[in-house]
Amino acid sequence: MRRFTDRYGASPAHLAALLACVAPAAYAASFLLGDPALLRVLCWFVGAAVVHDLVLFPLYALADRLLTRLPVPLVNHVRVPLLGAGLTFLVFLPGIIRQGGETHLAATGLDQEPYLGRWLALVAAMFVLSGLLYAVRLLLRPRSRSRAAA
Amino acid sequence: MRFRSPLRGPWLTSVFAVVLLVGMPILVITGLLDRVAYGPGQGLPGDVGLLQLPPFDWPTRPSWLFRLTQGLHVGLGIVLVPVVLAKLWSVIPKLFAWPPVRSPAQALERGTLLLLVGSILFEIVTGLLNIQYDYAFGFSFYTGHYLGAWVFVGAFAAHVVLKSGAMVRGLRSRSLRRELATPLAGTVPEPPDEGGLVAPDPAPPTMSRRGALALVGGGSALLAALSIGQVLDGPARHLALLLPRGRTTEDGPNGFPVNRTAAAAGVAPPADWTLQLAGPTPRTFTRAELMALPQHTARLPIACVEGWSTLQTWTGVRLRDLAELAGVPRPAAASVASLEDGPFARGTLTPGQVLDPDGLLALQVNGVDLSLDHGFPARIVVPALPGVRCTKWVRSIEFREA
Repeated sequence: MRRFTDRYGASPAHLAALLACVAPAAYAASFLLGDPALLRVLCWFVGAAVVHDLVLFPLYALADRLLTRLPVPLVNHVRVPLLGAGLTFLVFLPGIIRQGGETHLAATGLDQEPYLGRWLALVAAMFVLSGLLYAVRLLLRPRSRSRAAA
Repeated sequence: MRFRSPLRGPWLTSVFAVVLLVGMPILVITGLLDRVAYGPGQGLPGDVGLLQLPPFDWPTRPSWLFRLTQGLHVGLGIVLVPVVLAKLWSVIPKLFAWPPVRSPAQALERGTLLLLVGSILFEIVTGLLNIQYDYAFGFSFYTGHYLGAWVFVGAFAAHVVLKSGAMVRGLRSRSLRRELATPLAGTVPEPPDEGGLVAPDPAPPTMSRRGALALVGGGSALLAALSIGQVLDGPARHLALLLPRGRTTEDGPNGFPVNRTAAAAGVAPPADWTLQLAGPTPRTFTRAELMALPQHTARLPIACVEGWSTLQTWTGVRLRDLAELAGVPRPAAASVASLEDGPFARGTLTPGQVLDPDGLLALQVNGVDLSLDHGFPARIVVPALPGVRCTKWVRSIEFREA
């Protein structure tokens, strides 16, 4: 037992749990064997993880690092609407960039024309709201400080 | 790469984890139920071996059952996106841990983490593209999303087994109530941890821990607000600003979302359309003859696999009356055929669906004739039946004897 643990690096239960995990995945993948779509599915599967870890994360981490050079009280008033814009852009991407217009029309009888304008308006609204809140904070702050001084 | 966030640590990761521990099983179960709801032998993808729930006849009651299960599946799936992204952010230092492999156990664990992260992101991406009718991925959505879900189930189960202890320890390491009362000024990093989540050289905080939780929760709330309109009728539907089901093609009694237009289905019903009933006493009805039969009105939802739904008032002939006219008062099944061609041109109804008092061959909706896009001359509407199975432009119904 100890020899196994020394060599493997964890308990046999760890190995059993991981094999139990791989089994359904392998079984599920087996239904795609010989399917011409297999390669595409694999690309999207691995691609989703790679794009998130090596593109999306570094991008937003870098943006955030630049953002934190702003004075601290201002940081979150930019960060929050920016994240809101990014999140809604990612989730509602097909409509915003008008991808899949033909199937959208066939399914709903409607075009994708309004989404970009609506998204831009939503983003503008989030930034304006955040800016207004910042202005309110600025207006309130000096007064409370002068009161504390008095 | 240096990770400097002062907020990363086992407690924060565990908070996101516990939300996903509750949410993910609901997503999986509602997704598997969707395949059952399509009906016996009609689930998609077709052959999935052992990877399915035990088959059972999908009930017709409550009539909002599929509206609930599928609305929950899609709605919750959208709302959990920020939590998944936050969870991945919170553990990302581990991805870049050095040396990358210290033992066979760790190598294997990292491999299964690729399955876990790959599958959850794959499910999110294919699901989001599908509800917006973007098929850029170029493979069958049903096949990819369903098999991907099973990869996720296995990887998720192993992750829970291996990490639930760490999650409980993480949750116990700090008091949620105290964190919710701690402003930015009092925010300090978590103590160094074995897992390497806590930054060794943290930057000064720009956000409190409660602020980070509010940010993720706010992201979920924003997505919820932008999605809920998909399942509401009236002006509230327009809340779904950025989704296809926030709009309708027309106002008035037929002004609710269309699923697949007549033009897209290539359907132009002939002026002399008749309904063929097959059974021991085959019958043919013109639309006027159908209108002359006893009519029944029921308020029933149309709920789609893409998560949207709408509640409307349908009027038509009860399916059980038609079964009786065809000479099969207690049918074993009913096979419905549409004027359209394509994957959903044919569907089989269970006895429960035919005999339900609200199971209809609908001719009218909200007091007027069905529009062509909603299935004129006649469509199936059955309580709790997925919208895609509520066959439009019905050509014939064959009632099979028990």
